Amino acid sequence: MEMTLKKPAAAPLVQRSPGYWTTVGRRLLRNKLAMLAALILLALVLMALFAPALMPSDPYAASILKRLKPVGTEHYPLGTDELGRDMLSRLMLGARLSLFMGITPVLIAFVIGSALGIVAGYAGGWTNTVIMRLVDILYAFPSVLLAIALSGTLGAGVGNALLSLTIVFVPQIVRVAESVTTQVRNREFVDAARASGASSLTIVRAHVLNNVLGPIFVYATSLISVSMILASGLSFLGLGVKPPEPEWGLMLNTLRTAIYTQPWVAALPGAMIFMTSISFNLLADGIRSAMEIKD
Amino acid sequence: MTTPQDNHAEAQAAAPMVSVRDLRVTFSGGGKTIRAVNGVSLDVAPGEALALIGESGSGKSVTLRALMRLHPPRRTRMEGAIHIDGADVMALDARALQRLRGGTVAMVFQEPLLALDPVYTVGQQIIECIRTHASVSASEARQRALRALESVRIPSPERRLAAYPHEMSGGMRQRAMIALALSASPKVLLADEPTTALDATVQIQVLILLRELQRELGLSIVFVTHDIGAAVEIADRVAVMYGGRIVEEGPIRTLLRAARHPYTIALLQSRQHGMDRGQRLQTIAGSPPDLAALPPGCTFAPRCPHARPACLAQVPATTDLGQGHRVSCILASEPAVAEAAA
Amino acid sequence: MTDTTLPEALRNPDVGGPAQPLVIARDLVKHFPLKSKIPGRRAGVVRAVDGVGFEVRKGETLGVVGESGCGKSTTARLLMQLIEQDSGELIFDAQGVGSAQLPMKRFRSQVQMVFQDSYSSLNPRLTIEESIAFTARVHGIGAAEASARARALLDRVGLEPARFAGRYPHELSGGQRQRVNIARALVLRPRLVILDEAVSALDKSVEAQVLNLLLELKAEFDLTYVFISHDLNVIRYLCDRVMVMYLGKVVEVGDTETLYANPAHPYTRALLASMPATDPDHRTLVAPLAGDPPNPINPPSGCSFHPRCAMAEAVCARRAPALSDALAGHPVACLMAHADGGHSRQLAATT
Repeated sequence: MEMTLKKPAAAPLVQRSPGYWTTVGRRLLRNKLAMLAALILLALVLMALFAPALMPSDPYAASILKRLKPVGTEHYPLGTDELGRDMLSRLMLGARLSLFMGITPVLIAFVIGSALGIVAGYAGGWTNTVIMRLVDILYAFPSVLLAIALSGTLGAGVGNALLSLTIVFVPQIVRVAESVTTQVRNREFVDAARASGASSLTIVRAHVLNNVLGPIFVYATSLISVSMILASGLSFLGLGVKPPEPEWGLMLNTLRTAIYTQPWVAALPGAMIFMTSISFNLLADGIRSAMEIKD
Repeated sequence: MTTPQDNHAEAQAAAPMVSVRDLRVTFSGGGKTIRAVNGVSLDVAPGEALALIGESGSGKSVTLRALMRLHPPRRTRMEGAIHIDGADVMALDARALQRLRGGTVAMVFQEPLLALDPVYTVGQQIIECIRTHASVSASEARQRALRALESVRIPSPERRLAAYPHEMSGGMRQRAMIALALSASPKVLLADEPTTALDATVQIQVLILLRELQRELGLSIVFVTHDIGAAVEIADRVAVMYGGRIVEEGPIRTLLRAARHPYTIALLQSRQHGMDRGQRLQTIAGSPPDLAALPPGCTFAPRCPHARPACLAQVPATTDLGQGHRVSCILASEPAVAEAAA
Repeated sequence: MTDTTLPEALRNPDVGGPAQPLVIARDLVKHFPLKSKIPGRRAGVVRAVDGVGFEVRKGETLGVVGESGCGKSTTARLLMQLIEQDSGELIFDAQGVGSAQLPMKRFRSQVQMVFQDSYSSLNPRLTIEESIAFTARVHGIGAAEASARARALLDRVGLEPARFAGRYPHELSGGQRQRVNIARALVLRPRLVILDEAVSALDKSVEAQVLNLLLELKAEFDLTYVFISHDLNVIRYLCDRVMVMYLGKVVEVGDTETLYANPAHPYTRALLASMPATDPDHRTLVAPLAGDPPNPINPPSGCSFHPRCAMAEAVCARRAPALSDALAGHPVACLMAHADGGHSRQLAATT
């Protein structure tokens, strides 16, 4: 007996539900605190991008006569640093490197860490054991110590600092990725996908990634503030950015001794780091809450 | 051995142990108002077992929890009157409520693993309950806990006192929870689907145990279930709930043999019991009501094959058919139509 | 019966003929090792499936009943080859599963499963249509074609495609989700569908609707069902034959009516007697079995049921009974069914 499939005419969908990310986006937009944080970050990013055009003075122009002018000086709205350079211009330009050193290591670590973690989580068994125990070795070191040790070994410079920070963050992301993937892997829809004959690669692509990347991404976002602070710390110690390049952490270092004479000026780079970190954290928190859609 | 009718006759004479009048429970949250219970009235006599039968969303579990005021006070609004052993439950202060819970009324839940504290042994939990409600020495409390475990026929009760919940099998955990509930000698036992999560051979053990305990201790039991079989084993009376209201109640024999409400009839007919293989099962058209947007009249009317315009306009009054059998349906006063439906 | 709209490579014709059982399982064994606290020392094994053999005949509905620890879910997964057996063979329509004649992917297009938890069986990030179409796409069917098939099946299971295809699992009720799971199982016209407690989590009235649907689909799509459940009423209503499992072994198999009327194995008898009474005047007075179903980690010696069996004798602790065919067509694993079993009683043959 042969049977032909009766296909209904392709009726247009009356009910198209908004996708998951659309729903997350809408919920995020309603979160006032997260939106404020997002605006601040946007302003900072724009400031960093257009710094050369926005800067009132040359950030490298030094003048011993104009050292450590206070906030509100004519021509120097935020004062000058210990070499007489305009603080406002240096802070603006410094945003570039600071943001770059904050975001880039996390981005790279996200890609590498997710890949390793998802493989470890999905494959299980020996693959999992090998990857996770190797990662544990790195994870055993406190991140600050590890960053300093690696930077010290590799030498100063932006490139080396990025490398050492990436190495610090990869284990943390691998852990989160593996844990989330293991949870998803044990859900029955993955069994159903296996039962349909799909290869592991197809299953990971079609079923695991869309459930797993979200939580990993949120975790990674919360690492950006840590990365910024670590990068500033490395520059502070002389292991990251080299003078005369403006970078907030480096500026904190060189203005250290000025804290007795011009405390407000000396604190400015710290305030910038603080504001940026908090904004990233609030945004990450907001995204995480938005993703917890109660079914 | 008392039959359901003996219990019923006895019960009629005494004042009810549990008395609920026009109970309404509303949950607010997330912008929606969910009317979970909409005017439930029932009585449970001393020593009587009442089964609350219904499907998901019928309001049976909410009603049960409302009897002990277990719902979070912020999001819940409760109206109506609840009297247990003479006390007005709605008017109790915190202290009195604490004495009521465990001392007068106790509850047994569906999943013992969730209801028992995993970091304390079973013995510690029972002893804590005993000492909350009676000032006794530690050793006396331990003796009582041992007796409680013995009364639920747990093998090796001495050992079980020192066992953690996860170390016990499902059936034993449920017995331990019953022992915990009865440890302070309450007069009323509330049970929320106590045997649903158990295997068949264990389920019948627990049902028989509950029945025997009820007789020995003279307990009133209100238990919630979706399984009519469980009700047959324990209950003297049954109340069928739909959409937050009781649509029919009566002695179990009457309900099984002469149900009058279309929902009860449909529920009984949709069981596979007695159906031949290959025969289509009777189903109820439509889907359960949305408790946030209840229709104004009878909640079952949208799905009822005998619905009339009057059903949708007004909540039907309760008709007393005698001998404790009550129906909330317009058709109850019209025997001809009801018989055609049965 | 073949679906001519499926590409040639995906059609699943009948190979062995009507007399050939669709599935033959022989001596399946699956033990799960326990994590040992001391590395190097084995902590023990969970003997989930301990030598299970049975056959599934074409066009029938085989019921599988048993309580916690009996191994029915593990058996289902072995049947689907979601997990691999430690030993034992699986033959599908006269071809070895995983062999050159029947490679795994081909096998998977012929056997599908519907799980108990309707929510967890669907990817929350995919629409209903995408979930159903996935199976088809895995086997090479193009996107448009797969979507069309998905919608046709949604229509067939009673969910209007225009309203449901674009929705997400959390927007549907339990019964609706289970219909989606059934639709997904049928996309490639499998020959065998395993239903692992597929209706257990549903309300009784919804359960009735889904059971009616399953009956219709079985006739229309010419399916064979293996139906796993703990609900003895549903099993009696739905199944042609029933297989009773206890602690990783099959203890009895038989035609449903015969089994329910005259259960041969003491466990089956106790299990059937445990069903709640239907007449309040004749309630169950004594529980047929005491205690809980045992743990498959340390099964009793000999016959695994002997500690709880009312008719156990000394020999039962020493010898493990194999499935005997003394009662023709009704295998029972009990020493009483073997003439030379050593038990003082014998089971009477039932016709």
